[in-house]
Amino acid sequence: MNVPQNQASTKKVAFFNNPANRAVIYQALLMVGLGYFFYTIISNTLANMEARGIKSGFDFLWGTAGFDILMSLIPYEPTDTYGRTFIVGMLNTVLVSSIGIVLSTVVGFVMGVAYFSHNWLIRKIATVYVETFRNIPLLLQVFFWYFAVLSALPSARQSLSLGEAIFLNVRGLYLPDAVGEPGSGVVYAAIAVAIAAIALLRRWAKRRQALTGKQFPLLYATLGLLLGLPLIAFLLMGMPFHWDYPALKGFNFQGGITIIPELMALALALTIYAGAFIAEAVRAGVQSVPHGQTEAARSLGMKEKQIMNLIVVPQAMRVITPVLNSEYQSLVKNSTLSTAIGYPDLFTVFVGTTLNQTGQAIEIVFMTMAVYFVFNMLISVAMNLFNKRVALVTK
Amino acid sequence: MKTKWTWAAAAVAATSMMANAQAGTLEGVKSKGKLSCGVSTGLAGFSQKDEKGGWSGLDVDVCRAVAAAVLGDANKVTYKPLTAKERFTALQSGEIDMLSRNTTWTHTRDTSLGLNFAGTIYYDGAGFMVKKELGVKSATELDGANACIQAGTSTELAIADYFRENKMKYKAVTFDTSDQTRSGFESGRCDFLVSDQSQLYALRIGLKNPAASVVLPEVISKEPLGPVVRQGDDAWFNVVKWSVNAMIEGEYQGVTSANADGMRANGKPGQKRLLGSEGDLGNKLGLSDKWAYNIIKQVGNYSESFERNVGQGSPLKISRGLNAQWSDGGILYSPAMR
Repeated sequence: MNVPQNQASTKKVAFFNNPANRAVIYQALLMVGLGYFFYTIISNTLANMEARGIKSGFDFLWGTAGFDILMSLIPYEPTDTYGRTFIVGMLNTVLVSSIGIVLSTVVGFVMGVAYFSHNWLIRKIATVYVETFRNIPLLLQVFFWYFAVLSALPSARQSLSLGEAIFLNVRGLYLPDAVGEPGSGVVYAAIAVAIAAIALLRRWAKRRQALTGKQFPLLYATLGLLLGLPLIAFLLMGMPFHWDYPALKGFNFQGGITIIPELMALALALTIYAGAFIAEAVRAGVQSVPHGQTEAARSLGMKEKQIMNLIVVPQAMRVITPVLNSEYQSLVKNSTLSTAIGYPDLFTVFVGTTLNQTGQAIEIVFMTMAVYFVFNMLISVAMNLFNKRVALVTK
Repeated sequence: MKTKWTWAAAAVAATSMMANAQAGTLEGVKSKGKLSCGVSTGLAGFSQKDEKGGWSGLDVDVCRAVAAAVLGDANKVTYKPLTAKERFTALQSGEIDMLSRNTTWTHTRDTSLGLNFAGTIYYDGAGFMVKKELGVKSATELDGANACIQAGTSTELAIADYFRENKMKYKAVTFDTSDQTRSGFESGRCDFLVSDQSQLYALRIGLKNPAASVVLPEVISKEPLGPVVRQGDDAWFNVVKWSVNAMIEGEYQGVTSANADGMRANGKPGQKRLLGSEGDLGNKLGLSDKWAYNIIKQVGNYSESFERNVGQGSPLKISRGLNAQWSDGGILYSPAMR
């Protein structure tokens, strides 16, 4: 942008011909143009809506909803507001997306690593899994799990049961719930202490290994702390929990934890579909590490597990992480297929029923788009931070 | 540079012009030569597609009646199947000219959606269907049960009110289409299915074993179903409103598709006025004199349409009940045709 001194001194450049000035002017003009464009669209839409007698604005959020929602993570009654249906739907979206992200990562890594197994059967299972589920439309998979698999389960009165504690029927999966009594807080505190202790221990062990080369049995220590501390607290406090078992009362099972089939079907479909893509990414990541590295590590006398953990995975993660990012984002967006089976997420509840009852399509669609946008930006930011940690550090 | 500015100016001009789109649906339909009518995705008796791709039903007959009145040919209709969730947006955006899709006339819809209800074609009310094996005799025994409901319907609100009134609890399992709602009920996902009474009979026929399910006696809400048009287009609103009235008045006057020709030539004054051989009722709507004649000749009067689609001539066998003429103990009443 800087004009060389000698030229500037000999020949004065006209204001408009100065590249720096021109850049500013054109950008300002573009901004004004864009601003005017969006202003026109928005004011036009509002004027048209008013002319046709369609209500606009966000006042509707405080109106009484008057309909029931199948599943809610916060207390919800039909007498609550439309605004609350937004929150209920959003939390259900967060729930199914989180389950999908965690499980698809597990499935994807297991299947991606299984591809390199020395066992022929395991290798083939991984290949068949990836090739099958990657190539079937997700909507069909959602339908398959919901209408073909879960709808074929027996009715409430003929539930499949496991030890009269866990029940499975067409209405969902019923699990016993551990209900805390006074003193249960100590057990939760013990879990928190255990996690903090593990983090400190790992740092200490890493430093010790760097200094002395001595290794510490981290896995056993971690497991011991995680199970041992809460167990001790549990016994000391006199077992401050009791089980709330589901039981058939009237039409339905009452008590315990209910997992509705809509959630199961959607989470299953999302997990298995995204898992197939993640498995491919993991395979590609592992293959991107040159074989010479494995051989070099082997010749240094490292164990196979160490080669995987210390040589292959850290390098493979550089390839896998960007793909994971976009897979997680797709998964969140794909969760809107909920509407096909009526899982009460943001899309079904808010863009479905609330939109229909209030008719305020523009506001509702805008709010919903903003939510998915923010969710995906958050995932993107988190994954980019993670990517920075695993990326190749050049010195 | 010059071309860029031209483009920008054109874009701004284009957005400003959108304001004046779609006035005059009547002229639009006449010039297109086709009526675009929103119907359901498939509901026995109201709007359903046969094997050959033709549509039939009470709601479809309203579309056909309007096409007959405006274009002189009841077959000049393009049907747009819509789910309950899509229907109002399709009408507001101008994708369809009118909506005839078992839609309940409610205060909120009439006043806040920029739409007008052009009459009632079927007086309905929400009711319950349960499996016989449950042994439920009345809706008051349904405390704690699961309900299968179609998403985005006024039934969703009616049932919440009913259960609150009776201090009972329920769980709403919602589905996108009525077929999915039925398969949800059939698979046992819910204990009962709640919908308009007319739909219950229609859905019951579609069950694998209709005899195993029973419709409960309770009717818990008012659900007057009728055609809907956009607000602010009074000429078109009048056309749809009076097309419905012509079918009702046709029955009242005793005009049928079979005797319409004879009555048009030498009927009573009221019959002749309806059929256009006297007066100029058609002209006042911006239609030909034969508007109502075409409706009754090609589609039939209300009674013919009712019996063919949902009444004794159909598998549904619904009796007229509230939907009889006011002179026969029902509440069907067309304003004066003069």
